[in-house]
Amino acid sequence: MSALKLFLPLDSTAVAMGADDLADALMSEAAKRKLDLRLVRTGSRGMHWLEPLLEVERDGKRVGYGPVGEADAASLLDAITGNGEHEKSVGAVEEIAFFKSQTRLIFARCGVTDPLSLADYEKHGGLKGLDKALSVNAPAICEEIMQSGLRGRGGAGFPAGIKWKTVAGAQADQKYIVVNADEGDSGTFADRMIMEGDPFTLIEGMIIAGIAVGATKGYIYLRSEYPVAHSVLNAAIANARNAGLLGENVRGSGKAFDIEVFLGAGAYICGEETSLLNSLEGKRGEVRAKPPLPALEGLFGKPTLVHNVITLCSVPAIMAKGAKFYRDFGMGKSTGTMPFQLAGNIKQGGLYETAFGVTLGQLVNEIGGGCFTEKPVRAVQIGGPLGAYLPPSLFNLPMDYETMLANGAGVGHGGIVVFDESVNLLEQARYAFEFCVEESCGKCTPCRIGSVRGVEVIDRIAARKDHEKNLAVLSDLCELMVDGSLCAMGGMTPIPVQSAVKHFPQDFGIKQKQEALS
Amino acid sequence: MKSAVSLEAIIAPFVGRTGGLISALRAVQDEHGFLPDETDAAAAKAFNLSRAEVKGVISFYHDFHRQPKGDVVVRVCAAEACQAAGGRQFIADLEKKYALKLGETSASKDVTLEPVYCLGLCSTGPAAMVGGKLVGMADANKIEKAIARAKKAGAA
Repeated sequence: MSALKLFLPLDSTAVAMGADDLADALMSEAAKRKLDLRLVRTGSRGMHWLEPLLEVERDGKRVGYGPVGEADAASLLDAITGNGEHEKSVGAVEEIAFFKSQTRLIFARCGVTDPLSLADYEKHGGLKGLDKALSVNAPAICEEIMQSGLRGRGGAGFPAGIKWKTVAGAQADQKYIVVNADEGDSGTFADRMIMEGDPFTLIEGMIIAGIAVGATKGYIYLRSEYPVAHSVLNAAIANARNAGLLGENVRGSGKAFDIEVFLGAGAYICGEETSLLNSLEGKRGEVRAKPPLPALEGLFGKPTLVHNVITLCSVPAIMAKGAKFYRDFGMGKSTGTMPFQLAGNIKQGGLYETAFGVTLGQLVNEIGGGCFTEKPVRAVQIGGPLGAYLPPSLFNLPMDYETMLANGAGVGHGGIVVFDESVNLLEQARYAFEFCVEESCGKCTPCRIGSVRGVEVIDRIAARKDHEKNLAVLSDLCELMVDGSLCAMGGMTPIPVQSAVKHFPQDFGIKQKQEALS
Repeated sequence: MKSAVSLEAIIAPFVGRTGGLISALRAVQDEHGFLPDETDAAAAKAFNLSRAEVKGVISFYHDFHRQPKGDVVVRVCAAEACQAAGGRQFIADLEKKYALKLGETSASKDVTLEPVYCLGLCSTGPAAMVGGKLVGMADANKIEKAIARAKKAGAA
């Protein structure tokens, strides 16, 4: 009899919900029954409310059971070896509305394949982009990325093609690809999920970028809070090296490229690219003044292409299917797909990849199902600790770079944190400053001192001490931090603060005009 | 915990590597459980830096610490997504239960409670990491069990 093959995520979210314990229980239960069980540890499908989600192939389709735990091991094996019926059955996994309605270009394989099997990767469409890249010349690759309209997914949304061309055009004896995998924004986990669930996509994207710009060495700067991603990446890189995908002769092309993972040491600011480069050089992660741009003088002063994980993970699909295919997704200048991350107080939390242009309301209410506390949504924060707090009255806004910017917000890294009516936005504004106090690198004064003053001013506003005057001070302070800070840490901390004041004035004791008049 | 391996021997393999100082400090800390005072001089010599430069790097990063921590370290996410999922109450419950503030170690040195800013488990918050193990949808009871488990694993 052939082995029974089951699929269970190794993803951190699944593990945090008990996947490892379930795996142990399944194996010992199978041993008891003398059942030959092969458990494939995959990435997560991104439907986190169902984790751990155990899958098995039945009649050519993957069917799932979730959320399940170690206590379910025996009954699950009964069901799976029997007629398949179980109280935790969710049916065909890819038919679930949350999954079915997505456009998965980046996450196409995540949750499906064995993250460490290169054979599995190729069988599911992997390496097509790299082979295409190896069949054309370097300027043609840069042009393809330019034409795709791909923009940096870390938050700033800078056109990737321009960056590639800049690095490609720089003359130097050594150039680098540096991946920013310091995903420190609360509410975001797309980088973590793809690194754990389909690391070869990142590796392939990095190799393509290396060939395009003439870099032979790549670094993945990974935050230390991601131990699972760390071990998966290292194992995947070793496999890629053994298979001749990395090394002196990439896929027999005569081109060299290799990758090293560097573990950060716990500093949010290292998600800022110049701070990250200093840290990668073994120094304090203080930000550098720009210019010079890292594209010209980056790591060790050499031309360096710094990209977020998801930006590079978008590259294989662009190369495989062409810029035009990619560009047809999205709206306006926001082309392609974005993995939105639904987090916080949300019923159906997880990762939802779709084209730009989906509205905030669709994501939060239709797809996410609103708050798990069954209370009304009061606010969402988009794009991490430096992102704006928005009220439901703006839920008709489409998610794209320009629309968000016009409304004082940003897409950021695509994280959406949902709060119910119990949230106090003054507390959240205070937290924005507290976080900045904790994480400021200290190089520039507006950020280092301004954040401390910010906490104090908010406390005075909370105590209604010289209320009007302190509101004016808060406004001045925010303006100064925006204008005077060296990087986005100090420059964007006022965004959550000011959006909270603007959209939720009652939490700051500000009477709305109508009330004041009546 | 005193290691038999000398600081010099731990640090040496990282000299000349990209970001070597940070990796070396991590290795010392993994071996000793914290960074002993002698680390600064040893690392400065190995990397041809001043002790002030080494100290500067150590003090910059949250991961590095100069005192031993408790047997089980409980890292609790204090960031927004976990706040939205009841994280503020969860932290208050833990602080009460263990009579510790975030960042403190119990007098018996068995537990350290500390904040972490995001474990990437933002859809299943509140999140925590107990002795290296991830805990989602955490509450004080789950943490108590995880601590007991970590102690058992540590004793084994």
